[in-house]
Amino acid sequence: MSAASSHAQRLAEAGRSAYEVRLSVEQVSYAYSANPAQAPLFTLEATSFQAKPGEIVAILGPNASGKSTLLKLISGALAPLSGRILLNGFVTHSLTPRTRAQRIAVVQQESTLLFPARAWEFVLQGRHAHGRSLRFETEDDVIIAKNALAQVGAADLSDRWMDQISGGEKQRVILARALAQQPLLLLLDEPTLHLDIAAQVDLLHTLRRLAAENRYTVVVVTHELNLAAEYADQVVLMQRGRCLRIGPPASIYQRELLEQVFQTPLTVELGPSGRPRVSVQSEK
Amino acid sequence: MRPLTLRRLFLQCFILLLILFVVVIIALKFGAVPVSLYALGRDMLNFILGQSSQVSSDYGFIVWNIRWPRILLGIIVGASLAVAGTSFQALLRNPLADPYVLGVSSGAALGSILALIVEPHLTMAPALAALLTPVGAFLGAAATIAAVYFLGRREGQIDSNTLLLGGVITASFLSAIIMFLMSTLSGNLRGLAYWLMGDLSTSLQKSVYWFLGIGFLVAAAAIYTTASDLNLLLAGEKEAMHLGVDVPRVRLVVYIAASLLTGLAVSVSGAIGYVGLIVPHVMRLIFGSDHRTLLPTAALGGAIAVVFADTLARTVVAPNELAVGAVTAVVGAPLFIYLLRRRLA
Repeated sequence: MSAASSHAQRLAEAGRSAYEVRLSVEQVSYAYSANPAQAPLFTLEATSFQAKPGEIVAILGPNASGKSTLLKLISGALAPLSGRILLNGFVTHSLTPRTRAQRIAVVQQESTLLFPARAWEFVLQGRHAHGRSLRFETEDDVIIAKNALAQVGAADLSDRWMDQISGGEKQRVILARALAQQPLLLLLDEPTLHLDIAAQVDLLHTLRRLAAENRYTVVVVTHELNLAAEYADQVVLMQRGRCLRIGPPASIYQRELLEQVFQTPLTVELGPSGRPRVSVQSEK
Repeated sequence: MRPLTLRRLFLQCFILLLILFVVVIIALKFGAVPVSLYALGRDMLNFILGQSSQVSSDYGFIVWNIRWPRILLGIIVGASLAVAGTSFQALLRNPLADPYVLGVSSGAALGSILALIVEPHLTMAPALAALLTPVGAFLGAAATIAAVYFLGRREGQIDSNTLLLGGVITASFLSAIIMFLMSTLSGNLRGLAYWLMGDLSTSLQKSVYWFLGIGFLVAAAAIYTTASDLNLLLAGEKEAMHLGVDVPRVRLVVYIAASLLTGLAVSVSGAIGYVGLIVPHVMRLIFGSDHRTLLPTAALGGAIAVVFADTLARTVVAPNELAVGAVTAVVGAPLFIYLLRRRLA
């Protein structure tokens, strides 16, 4: 590479880090139908938003509003009907599974195991995309996996069997595996689903810290309005396949809007942290 | 953390190789005609030194022309079935998958029989004609696993119980067709009944052993290239994809190679059941469920199991013989029930 072009590249990188948009969802739509001849069963209307490194984006909405579909589109598992999703300038759906796994980590609702595995074996799976197809883990892989476990506060779980740890511990190990992928983008689909309140707060707190430390861009689908308000930088509010509004929690958490979306009487007030707080209003 | 190293893998395989060696010696020694270990050792030494003429003639024929080819066949068939079973378990995400239980062996058997029926009506070189049965068996195996896979899918997901039921039904349906063919056709096809239960006593041409051996190595190597992908595939296809596995490619490679292994094994030995089920489970208990270890250890374990079972089949009712498939079924069926109950619990 010549000096001039490397200088140009450095300038480009400097420019990017200043105004960097890591994830760019551009006018993305999708339609799902069981039978191509019939009208689609579900459609996602054109949705756009952007996220920077270190940002947490929460996708909120009632059931069947298209949250998980949007997440699958971002992960590249589904191809959008129109529009495109860029991760550092690359279309996520066009990447090979290997390259995609090096850049995007997905934490799903349930992770089932057919045969018993220890936590460290599970976390090492995250290194799969970084090696050749037939390989043995290197020293580096082991160090990265250990760090990942330590980062989620699960270093002591390393030698435990995955089917013998609690739901909260399991979720942390699953998160550690995602970190071992060393991704740019971390996607989570209802990660707090089966967790008690302490484990929920703990998980989101960990996510907040990781996003800041490792400059991950985090997109999380959740039903937990208050946790999203507390931890998200941006909220994407969805309803029946439509993205209603995008913005910081304070601009989204308005009583009329949330009542209309969730079809239930709610109260929205300001919490002690300065973030909005939602509570259910018992009907008189 | 103790990730797998090449050294540990070699050590594990070496131990199993030693056990296989011992089992082979036992299989050479025991039978309707007993042979002393001393005579065996002397013969082997002479054989290795290239002095075949020194091999004593009184029992030499029995040991080297009857028992040894049969043991060799047992090794290849056992290794093939165990690797195929391991692969089907990962591919279908079902710990109870096995070529026999899924009806794939029956499909391969039907394929072989159809090839036998068609063979006299074709004019082709004898060398090619000898390959007709294995090819028929492969096609039968591939078609059956495709059908069972299709039957086992509900709403786009593989459903374990539906899959097993689909396999059992397919197996009985194919067996009925086989019975029908056997009863309508006269002559030597009736002798197939014994072969169908799993039998290693068929004498084969030397070229067939080469064909089997190379076929096994190619198919097993193809599956082994996907070993770490299979580890992730066990967690589900979506999850494997998110971790960087090219799922359609892995599925295709394993599907073709495992069908080939089943087809090869069945075309020479009939349907020896449960080897593909029990052996991977035992190896998982001993060495863990990492496919990089599991595939080679299962191959060796399968060879040990079949050679040992065949030795029992030859000796327990000597001078008569049992079908080796009967021995593996006596051990395998109760174990299958145990695994099924434990899974449902």
